[in-house]
Amino acid sequence: MAIENSTSLLRRAMAHPSFRVGVIGSAAFLALALVSLVWTPYPTDIVDIPNRFASFSVTHWLGTDYLGRDQFSLLMTGIANSLKVALLAMAIGAMIGVPLGLIAASSKGWLEAVILRFNDFIFAFPALISAIIITTLFGPSAINAMVAIGIFNIPVFARVARGGALSLWTLEYVDAAKLSGLSNAQINVRHIFPNVASLLIVQATIQLSLGVLAEAGLSYIGLGTQPPETSLGLMLKEAQSFFFGFPMQAVIPGLAIVLFVISFNLLGDGLRDTLDPKLSKAGSINVAG
Amino acid sequence: MLLVKVEDLRISFGARQVVNGISLNIDLGQRVGVVGESGSGKSLTALSIIGLLPDAATQTGTVSISVHNSSQYVQVSSANVPDSAINLRGEHIGMVFQEPMTSLNPLMRIGDQIREAIVLHIRAADVDERVAMLIAEVELPASVEKRFPHELSGGQRQRIGLAIALAAEPELLIADEPTSALDMITQRQVIDLIRSVCNKRQMALLFISHDLGAVAALCEKIYVLEKGNLVEEGKAADLLAAPQQLYTKKLIAAAKPIRRREIGRQVGKPLLKVEGISRKFKLPSRLFAPKQYVQALGDISFEIGEAECVGLVGPSGCGKTTLSRIIAGLQISQTGSLDFDGHKYGRTFDSMPKEARRELAMVFQDPFGSFDPRLDMAKSMFEPLNLLPSLNAKEQLERVHQAVERVGLDTDMLGRHPHAFSGGQRQRLAIARALVLRPKLVVLDEPVSALDVSIRGEVLQLLSELRENYGIAYLFVSHDLDVVHAVADRVLVMDKGHIVEQGHVDEVFNNPQAQITKQLLAARLSM
Amino acid sequence: MFGFALKRLFGVAVTLIVAAAIIFFLLDILPGDPARFMLGINATEDAVAALRVELGLDQSAFNRFFGWGAGVIQGDLGISFSQRMPVSQLMSERLQVSLPLALSALTLSTLIGLPMGIVAAQNRGKFGDSFTMTLAQIGIAIPNFWFAMLLVLAFAVTWRIFPPGGFVPWSENPLVAAKSLVLPAIALALPQAAILARVMRTALVDVIQADFIRTAMAKGLTKKQAIWRHGVRNALLPVLTIMGLQFAFLIAGTIIVENVFYLPGLGRLIFSAISARDLIVVRSAILVLVAMVIVVMFLVDLAYAFIDPRIRTGGQSIGN
Repeated sequence: MAIENSTSLLRRAMAHPSFRVGVIGSAAFLALALVSLVWTPYPTDIVDIPNRFASFSVTHWLGTDYLGRDQFSLLMTGIANSLKVALLAMAIGAMIGVPLGLIAASSKGWLEAVILRFNDFIFAFPALISAIIITTLFGPSAINAMVAIGIFNIPVFARVARGGALSLWTLEYVDAAKLSGLSNAQINVRHIFPNVASLLIVQATIQLSLGVLAEAGLSYIGLGTQPPETSLGLMLKEAQSFFFGFPMQAVIPGLAIVLFVISFNLLGDGLRDTLDPKLSKAGSINVAG
Repeated sequence: MLLVKVEDLRISFGARQVVNGISLNIDLGQRVGVVGESGSGKSLTALSIIGLLPDAATQTGTVSISVHNSSQYVQVSSANVPDSAINLRGEHIGMVFQEPMTSLNPLMRIGDQIREAIVLHIRAADVDERVAMLIAEVELPASVEKRFPHELSGGQRQRIGLAIALAAEPELLIADEPTSALDMITQRQVIDLIRSVCNKRQMALLFISHDLGAVAALCEKIYVLEKGNLVEEGKAADLLAAPQQLYTKKLIAAAKPIRRREIGRQVGKPLLKVEGISRKFKLPSRLFAPKQYVQALGDISFEIGEAECVGLVGPSGCGKTTLSRIIAGLQISQTGSLDFDGHKYGRTFDSMPKEARRELAMVFQDPFGSFDPRLDMAKSMFEPLNLLPSLNAKEQLERVHQAVERVGLDTDMLGRHPHAFSGGQRQRLAIARALVLRPKLVVLDEPVSALDVSIRGEVLQLLSELRENYGIAYLFVSHDLDVVHAVADRVLVMDKGHIVEQGHVDEVFNNPQAQITKQLLAARLSM
Repeated sequence: MFGFALKRLFGVAVTLIVAAAIIFFLLDILPGDPARFMLGINATEDAVAALRVELGLDQSAFNRFFGWGAGVIQGDLGISFSQRMPVSQLMSERLQVSLPLALSALTLSTLIGLPMGIVAAQNRGKFGDSFTMTLAQIGIAIPNFWFAMLLVLAFAVTWRIFPPGGFVPWSENPLVAAKSLVLPAIALALPQAAILARVMRTALVDVIQADFIRTAMAKGLTKKQAIWRHGVRNALLPVLTIMGLQFAFLIAGTIIVENVFYLPGLGRLIFSAISARDLIVVRSAILVLVAMVIVVMFLVDLAYAFIDPRIRTGGQSIGN
């Protein structure tokens, strides 16, 4: 496995056409999301009933929704909100899951057994079920959706981190580090984590795109982002009532989700192929989280 | 008459040519050896004969086989081309591969895997008897038939690989490094088995190996390969007695046991005292069954003096690696005690105080795993200095530079990453890392086993020099008796977790008392 | 094998009990006063007091938990607060919809996804590979409920082949009932199939490079034969692991997709219970869902051990 600096790594990655598509797509969506934080073509909170369900035009690129709001602006804000939830959920999963996984790999004994049990346990509670519990107690909101998705991300990252770490602990340079007096924690930080980092980065992109899908699902059934905020899933929920008359209401946000997820997945795949073609062996073959 | 004809074989991967025009012949019933170091193209040549080259390889030149003792030669096609009328693989050519641990389907019973090899080519009513006969022929008990591969040892799996290759009664057996992954005694047994099987069936043999001794023991004719080129060929006896080419001479010299270098240093007072240590491991057991243990080490006691080199030998599974790890402080002992330079340790983790840790270093077998691939060499070298926080930055740098120079390498190499170095260089750097703290004792676990034969001599030479100049004591663990003979003063022979014999290395080797010592000595393949 | 199954079963039982305890803790103890929670802020003191007696809230938490647990084992899941009916009856009605839906989606996704993955792996680098994997790449990006909407638009509105929604009990008209489940099952199955195809391909590509495939070819098998006879079974191991994990997602997906088709399944039950603050129903429904997932993971573990003799002696769990 060659160690290169980031520029040559990027150059090698860009050689894959699918990676190029992924980078462009992801960058485009990220740009839309960031821009929406400061500006959208039309404000999303102004209702314009006479203009509802307008089709594509020069003034409204993607038409208007059932309240007359500009679809394109809604899309931008929707992407930003969906991304926010997915990003933070991924961060929750990574920040708790990765240390758990690394500790499990280095501890053996009862600590490892406890962490593994805990992992298995959370796997039985997909994001939806956690969301149900949380919303029953605290009411639906984007934050609660984020927490629910984040909870399920924890065992995913823990499992990947542990899987990658386990195969490293048998290597001789870890023994050498122990002989140099390094503690398990120091070895985790200095040797193990940097060597599983590429595995984790790839997993992060997977969890991010899964998070967008999960947020869409939760918002669609009303357990996620609440109006007047908007998210891609919420747009689909609102579109359902008018679906038979005005199908474009649902097609546009849905298409946006599909394109975004594909871009991110291609990005992740390209990263995996570049960083280490053998990556799929070290962690779990985890396409779905 | 001629069985296999290889003419001007060239194999490339894309633009890179790895086999450059090799021609060789195998007569009916003849045993031919192909010898060369890693990268010589010997395995690829063997694979092209059976038609199993990897997809990415392109081949030119012809490989033809005579079928049914006729003068008609069939050209061997690759695995991707649809089969010709005659299926050569299995029926006329059988092959045994190098890695016994992964060559068998882990989900299928042994008997079924052998059965498949028979049924593909022979329509017979007595398939079950044939399977039983094959298992007996490779000297395994009949109960093996119902087992799964993971229940067998490496040597047993290799014998099954042989049984599978023989199943359809081929005229040619190709064996690609069949014994490299096995320990010495098993190696000897498998080679003897191959010889007797070839004799009995009057089968031709193509034997690929980097081990000139093994090739010489088995083959009548030898081809020598270097970097894809055929360097020399000839009858085994002639070639070994009077090699013509420089490379052949080099190989022969490297295969000879390395001469012992007597050093001018006296052995000092006892530095390491090991008393009564033992270790057992729990085996996974079935529910409700009584717990089972394997005694990896039992009641081990010995001493190592200052500047003394003690060799530790034994068959695989004898416990020598476990012992070396306990001494290094990586594992604990369940009984007894260890005393290193006045410090007692060994019964609990982290029982070794810093002062003791500084004086004890270890060199491992695998040069590829010895260094973190993400760190440059300098960072890896600085790591042991974690135990000497009192040194300032300048002093630390000096220590590292000194260590690197002592092993004969250049200090400006330190900025590079491990993958930039060869196996031999990495092992030298591993030794340098061990020297940074100027230890009194270095534990070496098979330090040269993974290196090419021609490099081994240099590294052993280096180790002897270091001991002479700096008075370092060694615990030298190895399965290779010749290597141990070249460096050690005393030797301990282990078997099944116990020390069965110890003494000065010449005495033990010339006058072995224990059964296992005699077996190990006899297993050496000399030329 | 028996010992392995027993050990695993013990683990399953422990996980179930812990899961039940946590669910109970979250939905019975955490809200503070469940009675007040369920009745809302405007409830009268008398109403709250009456409900407390009815729910047995005067007993200790421990007793309540054991009471609930004992009831569950016997099949008594309590009485729904909002609908005044036994929860077990409500659930078995809804499961009539959700369970066949989930199972048919599972079957469909396996039947489509695994062969796709095998074809892709065998034709690695060639057209068959890139085509199937592009399809799979799109498939995993499609939200199942959105796909459901599109299916409805196509097959229920434009071409009136299937009903756009609603459900008729099996006892009334099994044919119509089955027809109502076709589109939802397809909507659920396709993204799952895409995932399975990708996983199968990766697993098989890995296995194809294994040494024992080469040994099989040395016996005289063609590459294709070697892959089918030796490779596929070995590749199934990681695929099984993923299938087990995916079941949880399948259950979640079923609940969401039911919404698109207005199917009276578990999803509908849970959401109305949430709006009505009916903790009793939510509690039991969640327990049943979680139990289904745990049982499926256990079955996958068993299947794993059945296929791989190494697991039987080592006693490890899938993926660990």
